[in-house]
Amino acid sequence: MCLAVPGRVIEVTCDEPFERTGRVDFGGVVKSVDLTCVPEAGMGDYVIVHVGMALAVLDESEAESVLDALRELHSVMGGEGR
Amino acid sequence: MRYLEEFRDADLSLGIASSIKKLATRKWTIMEVCGGQTHTIVSHGLDDLCGPSIDLVHGPGCPVCVTPVATIDEAIAMACLPGVIFCTFGDVIRVPGTDSDLLSARGGGADVRTVYSPLDALEIAKMNPSRQVVFFAVGFETTAPANALAALRAVERGVENFSLLSAMVLVVPAMQALCRSPDNRVQGFLAAGHVCTVTGTAEYEPLAEEHRVPIVVTGFEPVDILSGLHMCVESLEGGKADVRIQYSRTVRPGGNPSARDLMDRAFVRVDREWRGMGIIGASGLDLAPGLASVDARSRFVLAPRESRENTGCISGRILRGNGRPTDCPHFGTLCTPERPLGATMVSSEGACAAYHRYRLHEGEDMP
Amino acid sequence: MKKHAAASCGLARALYTNVVMAHGGGGRLMHRLIDDVFLGAFGKPDAPPHDGALLDAGNGRIAFTTDSYVVQPLFFPGGDIGTLAVNGTVNDLAMCGARPRWLSAGFIIEEGLAVDSLERIAQSMASAARAASVSLVTGDTKVVERGKGDGVFINTAGIGILEHDLFISPLSVRVGDAVILSGDVGRHGMAIMASREGLSFESSIRSDCAELATCVLDLLGRGIHVHCMRDLTRGGLATSLVEIAEASRTRISIDESQVEVERDVASACEILGLSPMYVANEGRFVAIVPPDQADRALDVMHGHPVCERATLAGVVEDGHSPVVILRSRLGTRRVLDMLSGEQLPRIC
Repeated sequence: MCLAVPGRVIEVTCDEPFERTGRVDFGGVVKSVDLTCVPEAGMGDYVIVHVGMALAVLDESEAESVLDALRELHSVMGGEGR
Repeated sequence: MRYLEEFRDADLSLGIASSIKKLATRKWTIMEVCGGQTHTIVSHGLDDLCGPSIDLVHGPGCPVCVTPVATIDEAIAMACLPGVIFCTFGDVIRVPGTDSDLLSARGGGADVRTVYSPLDALEIAKMNPSRQVVFFAVGFETTAPANALAALRAVERGVENFSLLSAMVLVVPAMQALCRSPDNRVQGFLAAGHVCTVTGTAEYEPLAEEHRVPIVVTGFEPVDILSGLHMCVESLEGGKADVRIQYSRTVRPGGNPSARDLMDRAFVRVDREWRGMGIIGASGLDLAPGLASVDARSRFVLAPRESRENTGCISGRILRGNGRPTDCPHFGTLCTPERPLGATMVSSEGACAAYHRYRLHEGEDMP
Repeated sequence: MKKHAAASCGLARALYTNVVMAHGGGGRLMHRLIDDVFLGAFGKPDAPPHDGALLDAGNGRIAFTTDSYVVQPLFFPGGDIGTLAVNGTVNDLAMCGARPRWLSAGFIIEEGLAVDSLERIAQSMASAARAASVSLVTGDTKVVERGKGDGVFINTAGIGILEHDLFISPLSVRVGDAVILSGDVGRHGMAIMASREGLSFESSIRSDCAELATCVLDLLGRGIHVHCMRDLTRGGLATSLVEIAEASRTRISIDESQVEVERDVASACEILGLSPMYVANEGRFVAIVPPDQADRALDVMHGHPVCERATLAGVVEDGHSPVVILRSRLGTRRVLDMLSGEQLPRIC
């Protein structure tokens, strides 16, 4: 369950303690998103959004290092696996 | 989309699948708990890629599938009250109740609307001050913060025509119940990555220790799931019952405290019935006493109803990981996506629907 | 009620800004509406208006089709209900391999619809008809009470002429045939979604609504022995393929990597949990052609803007029973079936 997708914060439209909203760019599609649960999220950050609500700031460097580690660990030799 | 495409990389996926095949020295039964993970596994054929040593079982990770018949009947009854605008997520609209479903109720004249977010339902209430707007709050901990915010804002801003019908459930109590069941054969878990984004991993430690099962908090793309499986097999092969995070770009051990704060303010834990699994203690969320004013169950009086489960449906066994859709005598015959007997056939994340959609029926050659 | 005056352009508009019940009454007001709005857009017929249009269809085979259009919202990025009403029926005729010639248009208008909106729709229809080289030759107008319609419903029926001897039908599909997809999928459905209440998002997604007849006639004119064609509408690519597979009793295999989805469309689908394979299109089709003509067919199609991104998406295979198989980017294969109903956004 829990379809949530990553998008980039392009504008914080409201910034009160209990009401934080922004516009988030999901690969070219922009939607208004509630940022109340991610007070640390700012312009340019990637957030994970579920039902119009951001639940976390995506750790971009962690994403990159995980991918690097996976590529190294599981490199495909020749056409093996297909 | 960035941070999705990279985790769908075909070469990397195949590389990890290959590693899993080399790593496993025996058969392991692993349960993935999230409907979204089921969807990815079945639609990409990931279980086929991992080879015969991994028996991947689909757990009760679909909040729609586990909503009891009585609750669906309750929702339908509310939707049929005169003047009510009943807002719901799209997933729920065809889940069968005793005699009907929300889609049929709409056909019969009820104003049932699908929404993307509970906050959209709140907007509908503001735009229709003379109508009662009820939001059907299903979901796991992932959805609970948004549901909480809608309820809290309704009270704060005096949106008096808005109310919530709660059917929210919690994942860990269900996993506990599963592990305690005498016919449990699950040896490791892929935990739901977006649930843990909110809850963190603290609740999983005692579960892993008590039942000696490794738990890997996993994401939703092919690379995530295969990587999560690899990590789980690693722990199983090493005899470890640890809790690890595969979905580290999003999940932190402490989860999201702001989100949990909203939930604590809006909800209390209650016992909840799970379709096919009976009542599980402290496994649901209802509105806190302070928010009784937005509780649809307090606001509306419904006519008494009798609710009946369809006895032919084995979705309970499937949700516990003790049966496959193809074990069911009604699969594909009496029970199809067009005429479902149970929730696992209706919900697109349900194991039966996934099997019916993506796999060939018995007697056909596999592609 | 203003005094009667000689009918002149715009008088209907000058009298009323919104359609009223009397516009459906069969009297002067209705005739004025038809003259000003519809004939003003579609052109006056050659002969005085009569109950039906008399047409010279020659000695060839005729294709005949009808469709009704009930879209909401009436106006969306990339088109409106009028463009759909013309292109949809033109395309159905094209899928039979016919040259579309004549269309009828029946309007059921809800009391209260702005006459301006009706004019815009009529102009869109006229423009689409010109692009497809078809004439709107007959029609009907009714008005229903407020609340009994959705702005306007339009029915168009179309007649086309077959200029070849091919039998274009699922029954002509053969094992080994190539399955060509005319372009990227999912634009129309997501353009509509973007404007719907509660799902609104900012995007530049435009409907792919377009006429396909020019491209199809070119294929036929250059000797491509098309076995079967189907335009993709509601239910998307997956539904059309399953329909062909079931009607032709064949097994169709599709390569997911050859099904193109525009970036915006893909993103919008991700957010709502929708599969582009099931999202509506209005300017795309699949063509099933003999394998030795596939390359040539693609060449011809690439010369038309509406099909410039056509791909060889799959093949018709030998199999026990009708089914569509999708080969994923990971090399795994799964069944692609029709949905039982509408695809809805999901949280799960």
